[in-house]
Amino acid sequence: MIEIDRLTRLYDGKPACDAVSMTIETGTITAIVGTSGSGKTTLLRMINRLVEPSSGEVRINGTPTHSEKPHLLRRRIGYAIQGHGLFPHHTVGRNIGAVPRLLGWPKDRIAARVDELLTLFSMDPSEFRDRFPAELSGGQQQRVGVARALASRPDLLLMDEPFGALDPIIRTRAQDDLRQIQRHLGSTILIVTHDMDEAIRLADRIAVMDAGKLVQYGTPAEIIAHPATPFVAEMVGEADRPLRLLALLQVSELAESGPADGPEIAPDATLRDALSACLWSGRESLPVRGTTQRVTLEAIRSRAGAHA
Amino acid sequence: MTTAPRNAPMALRVAPMALRLALIILLAALVLAPGLFEPVFAPIAPVGGPVIYTRSSLLSLSLSHLGLVAAASLASTIVAVTLAILVTRPAGEAFRPLSRSITNIGQTFPPVAVLALAVPALGFGVGPTLVALFLYGLLPIFENAMTGLTTLPPQVLEAARGTGLSRRQRLWQVELPLAAPVILAGIRLSLVIALGTATIGSTVAARTLGEVIIAGLLTSNTAFVLQGGLIVGLFAALLYDAMVQIERRLARRMGRS
Ligand SMILES: Nc1ncnc2c1ncn2[C@@H]1O[C@H](COP(=O)(O)OP(=O)(O)O)[C@@H](O)[C@H]1O
Ligand SMILES: [Mg+2]
Repeated sequence: MIEIDRLTRLYDGKPACDAVSMTIETGTITAIVGTSGSGKTTLLRMINRLVEPSSGEVRINGTPTHSEKPHLLRRRIGYAIQGHGLFPHHTVGRNIGAVPRLLGWPKDRIAARVDELLTLFSMDPSEFRDRFPAELSGGQQQRVGVARALASRPDLLLMDEPFGALDPIIRTRAQDDLRQIQRHLGSTILIVTHDMDEAIRLADRIAVMDAGKLVQYGTPAEIIAHPATPFVAEMVGEADRPLRLLALLQVSELAESGPADGPEIAPDATLRDALSACLWSGRESLPVRGTTQRVTLEAIRSRAGAHA
Repeated sequence: MTTAPRNAPMALRVAPMALRLALIILLAALVLAPGLFEPVFAPIAPVGGPVIYTRSSLLSLSLSHLGLVAAASLASTIVAVTLAILVTRPAGEAFRPLSRSITNIGQTFPPVAVLALAVPALGFGVGPTLVALFLYGLLPIFENAMTGLTTLPPQVLEAARGTGLSRRQRLWQVELPLAAPVILAGIRLSLVIALGTATIGSTVAARTLGEVIIAGLLTSNTAFVLQGGLIVGLFAALLYDAMVQIERRLARRMGRS
């Protein structure tokens, strides 16, 4: 559990991050969302003490972070940034093994970990291990950057707009990979983004920041359905709210018995996908794959409208 | 002498290697068997005078010349790089302008004046020459080391801090290796300047290839001047080329090329 307790940072007397308190459960993804300059990066960098707080403290599993030397603290906390920051003069393997090497792991354990992570990120270890970062595509560099941050199985992984430099298709894939790998490893992740879509897709909980203050902290469904301030509502996008809500729900939740014709839809597809399929094929209902059930346009409509 | 791109025709790729080899053979012959060149230099030697310098062995003069240059450049490198490291740390930033001025003065002071001033203090011989070469070599290395250490990619530095490297580890494992090609370029300039400048050391009785040139000037023997100049020039060209190759290789490994 990560406890952030009235964390404040002043620059020239003005708060960049203003008394932010929040608790992050182990094994979850939390997204920090806000416009540019709202203090997201400052908040994140205070957690691994790249920025020293003006006041307040952070506790990881009950231990305050200021009770340890900063560079030793950082070896326990993974850190991945936009533009990856890979060491250009080290091979992919050496980059990923950077923190384990600092922690003094034996060579064969580091090698095994490097190969495990490369495999996890769908990069063939024998092909990529000995390459230099300049010999990778942008998407591969980003994956290696995230793999490096995960290498020592850190208590916490901090990510600052890690996918900001990727094009949309690769970006979506990177988000899916991250979600899958997080479930697989059970990591605790705190990710900064200015993209509400990314936050909704990835996060168990979303923290919305505005002018240095934490203005709302809740599940994606809460944030979409009940924005606490006009600013949050604007971040969510008034017009997109029903679609965003549907994107959080699965077809199986609305499945009901009854007949339906045409191509089937997967039970774990989102209601947004189901709505899209209905509109596109002009059908009132879709059969749900692997069942005798269906999902109807009527049910989707009433679900999306329930919060309006 | 540049290396042709990998997909260049065979002839273009082989040419630099062949040229390099030819220069090495020419230099070796000039130093080890100068007698071979008697027919070449004879037309420009004074009538009836000596054509080839034989007062001392050209090999021992060359070794002494190179030794002086190596010692002075090593000292310049250590001092200039250390200074650049110190003034690029947060604590040393205030000293940046001062260290710049000092190394600049080292460069603008004429080497002859350094010799003249150093002789009374250090006596004739190797001492004053080393001092002049050392001072003269500081600036290019310092300037390049400063450039190399202050233009590192900020994301890489951020990642180095973020992964938990200590200050010392960041310097040795990230900053210096990444700045190495630029620092080496400074050392290369400094070495080439020192190779040429070392010839004037002979005026204060240091044993360098300048001895051959000065003997030629004193006796109006153009053959001697050309012989000494040619050897120094070839050493400089080959050393320059070798350093460029090393820098290229390093830069390529770091994806900076
Ligand atoms: N090192 C710094 N010095 C002065 N002001 C800073 C510094 N870092 C950030 N700030 C200010 O703090 C505010 C929040 O910045 P930041 O945390 O980077 O926002 P975000 O990541 O949300 O875009 C901004 O107004 C920024 O100008
Ligand atoms: Mg930011």
